[in-house]
This record gives sequence, C-alpha cells and structure tokens, in this order.
Amino acid sequence: MKLRRSMLFVPANNPGIIRDSYLYKPDSVMFDLEDSIAITEKDSARCLLFNMIKKLKPLYKEAGVETVVRINSLDTEFGIQDLEAMVRAEIEVIRIPKTDTPEDVYEVEKHIERIEREAGIEIGKTKIIVAIESPLGALNALSIAKCSPRLIGMAIGGEDYVTNLKTTRSTDGVEMMMGRAMIVMAARSAGIAAVDSVYSDVNNDEGFIKEAQMIKQMGFDGKSLIHPRQIELVHKVYTPDEKNIKKSLRIIKATEEAMAEGKGVFTVDGKMIDKPIIERAQHVLELAKAAGIKMGGDE
Amino acid sequence: MKNARVTEEILKNIKDYENRKIYTSPFALQPEGTMEERENLKDKVRRDKTVSSLKEVIKKVGLKDGMTISFHHHFRDGDKVLPLVMGVIAEMGFKNIRVAASSFTGAHECMVEHIKNGVVDRIESSGLRGELAKGISDGILPTKAVIRSHGGRARAIVEGDLKIDVAFIGASSSDCMGNSNGVVGKSVCGSLGYAMVDAEYADKVIIITDTLVDYPNYPVSIPQTKVDYVVTVDEIGDSNGIMSGATRFTSNPKELLIAKKVLEAMLASGYFVDGFSMQTGTGGASLAVTRFIKEELIKRGIKCSYALGGITKAFAELLEEGLVGKIFDVQDFDLGGVESLTKNSLHQEISADFYANPFNKSAGVNRLDFVILSALEIDRDFNVNVISGSNGIIRAASGGHSDTAAMAKMSVVVAPLIRGRLATIMDKVTTVVTPGETVDVVVTELGVTVNPLRPDLKEKFEKAGIELIEMDELIEKAKFLVGEPKPIEFTDEVVAVVEYRDGSIIDVIRKVKK
Repeated sequence: MKLRRSMLFVPANNPGIIRDSYLYKPDSVMFDLEDSIAITEKDSARCLLFNMIKKLKPLYKEAGVETVVRINSLDTEFGIQDLEAMVRAEIEVIRIPKTDTPEDVYEVEKHIERIEREAGIEIGKTKIIVAIESPLGALNALSIAKCSPRLIGMAIGGEDYVTNLKTTRSTDGVEMMMGRAMIVMAARSAGIAAVDSVYSDVNNDEGFIKEAQMIKQMGFDGKSLIHPRQIELVHKVYTPDEKNIKKSLRIIKATEEAMAEGKGVFTVDGKMIDKPIIERAQHVLELAKAAGIKMGGDE
Repeated sequence: MKNARVTEEILKNIKDYENRKIYTSPFALQPEGTMEERENLKDKVRRDKTVSSLKEVIKKVGLKDGMTISFHHHFRDGDKVLPLVMGVIAEMGFKNIRVAASSFTGAHECMVEHIKNGVVDRIESSGLRGELAKGISDGILPTKAVIRSHGGRARAIVEGDLKIDVAFIGASSSDCMGNSNGVVGKSVCGSLGYAMVDAEYADKVIIITDTLVDYPNYPVSIPQTKVDYVVTVDEIGDSNGIMSGATRFTSNPKELLIAKKVLEAMLASGYFVDGFSMQTGTGGASLAVTRFIKEELIKRGIKCSYALGGITKAFAELLEEGLVGKIFDVQDFDLGGVESLTKNSLHQEISADFYANPFNKSAGVNRLDFVILSALEIDRDFNVNVISGSNGIIRAASGGHSDTAAMAKMSVVVAPLIRGRLATIMDKVTTVVTPGETVDVVVTELGVTVNPLRPDLKEKFEKAGIELIEMDELIEKAKFLVGEPKPIEFTDEVVAVVEYRDGSIIDVIRKVKK
C-alpha cells in the first residue's frame, strides 16, 4: 500500500527545488501550478514542470516518491492547458483544487481520458486527488470520494475552507474540525487516502507535531507540507513505537500460523484476534518499514 | 667603565672565548642597523618603537626594490592594511616587490593596479579572489603566482623557502613596544595565527594598529621581542568583514540534508568516542554539522577534546557549555569566535606553524579525528579542487584543506552534486589542491561515498545501514542531470603553481584560452 504521510508542496517555478525535492524523501511531492504561481508565470511554470517531470521521472520513481501536480481550476483559462501538459508528462496524480461536487471531478476526468487517448497513454493511468476547500465540498465529500475509479485520495485545503466558512484559523483548529471529520469519514468510506491541510508556521515544530498527532488520531493518512524539514517530523509522528511493532509482529505471526492450521479464531497475549486487528497490525508494520525500522524477529 | 678585570690575555687562554669582545659600556654592542645615535647613553635603549607614518617606517626598515613583504588576512573582506601599505609603497616608487600574504580577499583588488604598474611582480598566497584572481588567471603577473596551504606557507617560511624581508601586521591593539593582538581595540579580528609566523621569521616586523594602548598591552599575540616598529593609522579593518556569508547557519534544506548524512557517517566511523577531536571548514553544510554534533554529544554524554582551525560562534558555544574541552584557534570566522577568544582561557590562539606545518615536530592537525571540508570540485579519484572555478579561473583558496585532509583520521569533503547547471563531482577536477588519497569520505545530498582506500570505513558504514553511493554512480547521476560541459581550453602558459603542503608541486594553473 502506498503511504501518504507527507505530501510536500513545491512551487513549479523553481527548477532547483523541483530537481531536489525527492531527496528529502516525502511520500509524495505536489508540484503546484495553482496558488503559488503568479498569473504572469503560469505558462513558464507549466512548461518548466512538463520538461522537468519528463526528465526526472526515473529519479522520483527510484526514490519511491509519488509525483502529484496541483492544476489550476478548470474554471480558469489555465486548467485545461495544465492537464494537457501534465497528463502528457505522465505525472502520477492530478490534484484538483476547490472541488465542490462530483461534476468537478467528472469534468477533469473527461479531459484526462481524452488526453491519455491522444497521447497513447494507458487509459486510467493518471490518478486523481481532490482538494476540498469549501463547506459545500465538505458536505458533498462522500459522493465526491466515491465518484471516480481514478480517485486515490481526498485532501482538505485549510485556508480556503476556513475563509469560505467565514472564520479564521486558530491554534487549536476548532474551525477545521467539521471539515476534517467529513473528509476523513468520506475518504475512509470510499477506501481512499485522507490528507490533512498544511501547517503554515514553518518554525513552530511543537505546534506542527501537535497538529500532526491530532490528525493521525482522527484517522488521516498524513499531511500536506510546505517545507522539507516538516517531512521528518510528520514521519516520526506516524512511526509506530517499539511495543506496538512487536505486538503487530506477534499478531501477524500468529495469523500465519492459524491460517496454516486452518484455525478461524485464535488469540495473542490472551486477546482474541480478528480481521480489523490483523489489518491494523499490517498497517503498523508498513509504517515501521517505511520509517526504516529493521524488524528481524518478534523480540 | 674601563674594564681592568678582563684582558685579551685572559680570554686568549679560555677555550672558545679567544675572539670575544670585552665589556666596555652598557650599550656598546648592538645588532646592526637598529640604533640611532643619541646624546644620552640610556636613550640608546629604545623605550618607544612608534613611528609617525607608514612612509617613515618603510624608510626606516630599508625596503628596497625586489624585496618580499607579507600581510595576513585575518580581516578577510574587511582588511584595510594591505591597500593602505601598498598604496604608500607604490607612491614611494618601489618596484618588483614580492607580496606574500597569508591570503588575498575581496578587499585586495588594488593589487591588480600594483601588478600592472610594476610595483608588484610576484605573489605568494593561500588564496586569490575577485579581480586579482581574474587578473592573475589572465596572465597580468610577469611571474607565476604560488599557491600554498596554510600549513605549507608556515613550512615555507620556517624552512626558508619563503624569506620575508618586511612583515606588515595589522593588529587591533598594540602598545608602543609592539605587544599586540587581534582581540582588543576598535577593529578586532580575533586570532593572529597566520601573522605569528611572519613575526617570528621576517627580517623586519611592523605592527600597524588603530588602537595604541598603554604599555604593556595584553594579551600578547605578537610579542615586542619580535617587533621593530609600531605605526598608528586611522583604521586597520572592518570587524564585520571577517564574517563572510559562508559562515552563517544555514536553513537550506539541501545543506541540512548533507550535514545530517555527515553526522551519520561520523557516528558510524568508530571515532566518535569520548575525547575525539574535530575541525570544520566554512560553508553551510559543514557549519550545520557542528550544530548537529551538539545534540549527539549531549545524548551520548561525551565530549570533544579539542576543536581546531578556523573558529565560529557555534564552536565557542560548545566550549562554553563544556561539550568541547579546548579550542586551538588559528583564525576567527565570526565575532562570536573573537569574543570567546577574548574571554575564555580554554580558547587558545595558535600560530599557523602550530596549526598545520607538516615539517615541525608535530602540528595541531596531527591529532585530528574528523575534518569536514567543502569543495568546488571533486573527481573520480577523490582529488579536490578548492582554488579554481569551473571556468578555469582562479577564485578561491587552498586554506587548511590539504593539511587537515592529510592528517585527520576521517576527512570528509561535503558538496552538493551540482551547483546551478554544473556538476561538482566529475571525471577530472580543474586543479588538484588536495590529493584524493587523503580524502576518506565524500558526502553529497545523494549519500555517502567512501574512498576505496578506506574499506574499513565502508564496512562500518554498511553495518550501520548508511546509504552509500559509489563515485561512478555519482558522476553518472550528475551527468544525467546537467550533461557534460565542453572542456575548458587552456593555453600552455602557466599562471600559478600549486604547492602541496610539503613544498612539492601538485598542480599548475594555466591561462584560459579566450
């Protein structure tokens, strides 16, 4: 399973950063053609990103870093052009901003499919992540999450969401609670990833970690990030502790043994083990592996 | 007095005293050329070495065409002594002077004119920068410039390869007898490590200060016993100039990534144990290593026994916190370093000879465990260039690079794989300053690369799970990203000779074809 603990935002107008982002080993890099690029720079950023993605794809792939691009909304004159370039560059994921309804996704999907066909790319290869940035989008979250087989994740765009809610962002994030809850519920129902918003105070590690711990507990897969130094911090939050890893190893070992013996029900440490516990144990081990923890045995 | 006690007859009968002089009066015997005739007998003893102007002092020391003079570069970009003195020397009409500065910085562009006008015809230094470097690369010097490491320069002076006739030493404070330092006064620069060697071995030593203090001045970096004259000028330098951009703590994620990889390698090397020693060069990544090390020292409850070389505030803080035992300081890279040298007795000023002369009885670098160094270019054979740019033009300095790389148990060279559109890691460096066999580890953002001459380190790193990458792969990746530039075309004309620390010639720099 692809982890999405960290999705690093990278403005698509800086060749050095585009070239180097995979080095910091986020799970995904999200190149931005939208809000971080000035209107006057849209064309050059798109052109730069197109060429760089084509060139650098193997390096990103080798490092296991997913490539995502945030396109401009199809309401703008740039949206279609972004799609034309990025699908042809064979970026892995298109992130649709400001998604309010399933129709927003259908529209993008229609163009992606056309371009894939024109460019001779396997139909369905280009995946989609949607960003929910309004109360309407949050209320439609479930129907959006289930609307396309290309959809692999749902993110919340905090700044726009809070603005549309006619409030501001606070340190405890109470204004984000409803939106976050809707999105994580919808994403989980649809079996896709749930990605939290950015934490914009780059120098506040403590606040960042606190927020990361909270959204992890809520069920999110990870966060969008604005600086490479946040990658390690969020990965640490998602790294299971030793006790949890050992327990998960015992559960998986017992499961394999039970399956070999044809047993349906079995226990570990005196507790009955069933499907959700096994799934949780598997997820813990995936996170531990991603964090580079060596797991030679169960002790 | 008339000496009736000792006669030539008596001396004749004492072995080895046959030709010695008999006492006649207190100041009858004087070293040649140092005294002027005075009325009063005791006035013959100089109680004041101050001279009113540079012009006068230059006359007094008897500077002649073709002589060798020296300067130090502790003020780095803020130096005002060299331009001032050279201006006077030019004005006085001297020709064919050899200028042996410990380094030339951005503050020394006036040298171009002095070379063109024939005032200066020879240059010896660790570094050449800016217009002077470009000019020399372009062949304005009638002779070959000589590039030496800091240890190599000290060796050359001590061994007599480089004979200095007159040393002009800028000191932030001096008393009337020449006891001087770089830590008191209005223009401080910290350690006077490079100048100490000049003061020791030059024929004539002139202290130039803008802060003349009451006798005796303390601390004494250059003692009065070595000083001929003291001259006061308006301003010897700008203290802020010692801090170049290269010494600030970085927030650049790539430099931090490299620093983190360096730390991992250091921890896995087996040398990171209580009492280890280290030196870091300038540059964001190597300075960041210092900060990361602090956390590890605390976590492991160990101490670094001594830090060496060019000192920054980061090391001064480690000393203050008891995480570093002592500092041997040949040069200060920021005012935090200067302040520490002023107030902390565990922070010791050392000469360039003590620091790195390969031919003395043992230099400070000889007991180094780690050194972290930057590079302009590194090649397949681990050779390092820190002197010429990718365009073939001289632009930087040899410094203590080859001295420390040769002696540290683990020498680490850090560099980004590419800078702008050019590869840092390549088949052949433009100029070799530090030979590859003394470079143990190269660290780039792609990982740690171990010199095949150090299989022991490689084994340790592999065991620790450190991400290793072979030199061939680094070069291949660099070529993939930026391609291969057209080779620089040089003419046959040699413009500079690069000496290794022992005085052997490791490379020459040629003029670029236009």
